[in-house]
Amino acid sequence: MSLAGAEQRSLPVGPLIGIGAVVIVAVAAFAYTAGWLTPRRVTPEKMVAALAPPGGPALGHRRNHAKGICFTGTFTANGAGSALSTAQVFTPGKYPVVGRLNIAGGDPHMPDAMAQVRGFGMRITTPDGQQWRSAMIDAPIFAASTPDAFYQFITAAGDKDPNAIKGYLAAHPETLTFIGWAKSHPHTESWTEDRFNSLNSFIFTDASGARHAVRWSLVPSVDPVVLTPEALAKQDPDFLQQDITKRVAAGPQHWELIVTVANPGDPTSDPTRAWPADRKAVDVGTLTAEQIEPESDGPCREINYDPTVLPAGISTSDDGFPAARSAAYRVSYDKRTAEEKDYPHTAAGGQQ
Amino acid sequence: MSDRKRFTAPQRFLHWLMAVCIFVMIFIGVGMVSTVAPKYLTLIQIHKTLGIVILVLALVRLSLRFVYPAPPLPRDLPSPMKFAADSSQYVLYALMIGMPLLGWGMLSAYSHPVVLFSGLHLPGILPVNASLYALLRQAHTFLGFAFFALILMHLSALLFHKFVRKDGVFETMAPLITENQVRELDTKHL
Repeated sequence: MSLAGAEQRSLPVGPLIGIGAVVIVAVAAFAYTAGWLTPRRVTPEKMVAALAPPGGPALGHRRNHAKGICFTGTFTANGAGSALSTAQVFTPGKYPVVGRLNIAGGDPHMPDAMAQVRGFGMRITTPDGQQWRSAMIDAPIFAASTPDAFYQFITAAGDKDPNAIKGYLAAHPETLTFIGWAKSHPHTESWTEDRFNSLNSFIFTDASGARHAVRWSLVPSVDPVVLTPEALAKQDPDFLQQDITKRVAAGPQHWELIVTVANPGDPTSDPTRAWPADRKAVDVGTLTAEQIEPESDGPCREINYDPTVLPAGISTSDDGFPAARSAAYRVSYDKRTAEEKDYPHTAAGGQQ
Repeated sequence: MSDRKRFTAPQRFLHWLMAVCIFVMIFIGVGMVSTVAPKYLTLIQIHKTLGIVILVLALVRLSLRFVYPAPPLPRDLPSPMKFAADSSQYVLYALMIGMPLLGWGMLSAYSHPVVLFSGLHLPGILPVNASLYALLRQAHTFLGFAFFALILMHLSALLFHKFVRKDGVFETMAPLITENQVRELDTKHL
């Protein structure tokens, strides 16, 4: 006791400074890893923040493609996909689907006619417990080559300074193809008349272990009826939702799931670059919407259509977007589920 | 109270193995949520797998702890430090077991399949529910920060015992000690 007392009388400055230094180094390493010391790093938080409309995000809603409607249905595999991938979803059979038809943009009250881009989220579940989730849009190519470029694009597009987007486009001419499409493509009267594309490339692995770079699309089974700009302007703000509700009430609506296989050398990492039209396209089955449900209490609301939730037999490729989308979708999901009280449920459904 | 002067060799091995795992785990956790690069997918996969490994190791270590209790603390340890030493062990065990369960439960409520490296598919342990997910998700982050803070305190205490008090507490868990230190330990608690 007296010995310990004698030791403690002189303050051990050296060891205490050493301990402090160890703690400071550990905290600094932690802060660096968290990105707090590198403000230029594109974090998923920043990606999601950049997508917010000028008035701020709509609390409780998806941070992009905020407006949508749920459906349930089935995917009927015809077996042709089994030559490309071992995933159970391609063996002949019927598998349940929870989908979401939507329009791009962060505002859940945007008139459907204003949407430049329409989207389709699907989740197919197979008896082996695996899931294939995909979020597709009707654009034939994507707006940017890399997630970082996409972040620069949406940041510049949201900038009050008109030179910001000019500067971006001068450095990224590949985005012009997308902008041209967004501004001038014909708008159909129905989601059932649109083709939706994965845009990103994925890898299918077949039973022999061979890997195939693929993209996929949902191709409509009815001929498109194009609305003139004048007719489009006169549509009800919710005309797409009214249309799909009416159509599905009258009978199931179908899209064919087409898998396009790359030739060696095709650009798999860059979704701004389409593959030549002659590439092998395999119809792997039919996706059917059988029942429409409003999102407010529908089964799609709590699904994050994370494009990296894939069954064994399908995996990500050298395309960097699925990882970035997964990271950003998670942030969007974390935010909107934490904002549950701000989400307008219908009176009948009430709060969960 | 045990009359052993040190933790048993398996306990010491598990302690240092888990120290490395948990340190790596926390850095992966805070790093993966701050990137949109492809490594995000790899990191999150390691995070899930390593979390389950830590859960299993923690349960083994807790069982060992019931069989081989901790060596006594020095009698002259001031009571606030004794309280900190005793209570922090409960909190550390709670976090080592609780954080992986929270992560697993969170992914279950999220309806995300929990697939580990090697393709092992874990079942959900909670019902799918977005509100439950939101609660667990926030708890996972908050407790992750708390865990790191507690580990820094634990590390500071370790260094304090080793270099300031020189009271033999570090040696009870040290991976390797010299014959001299063993003799010293034998005299310390008398």
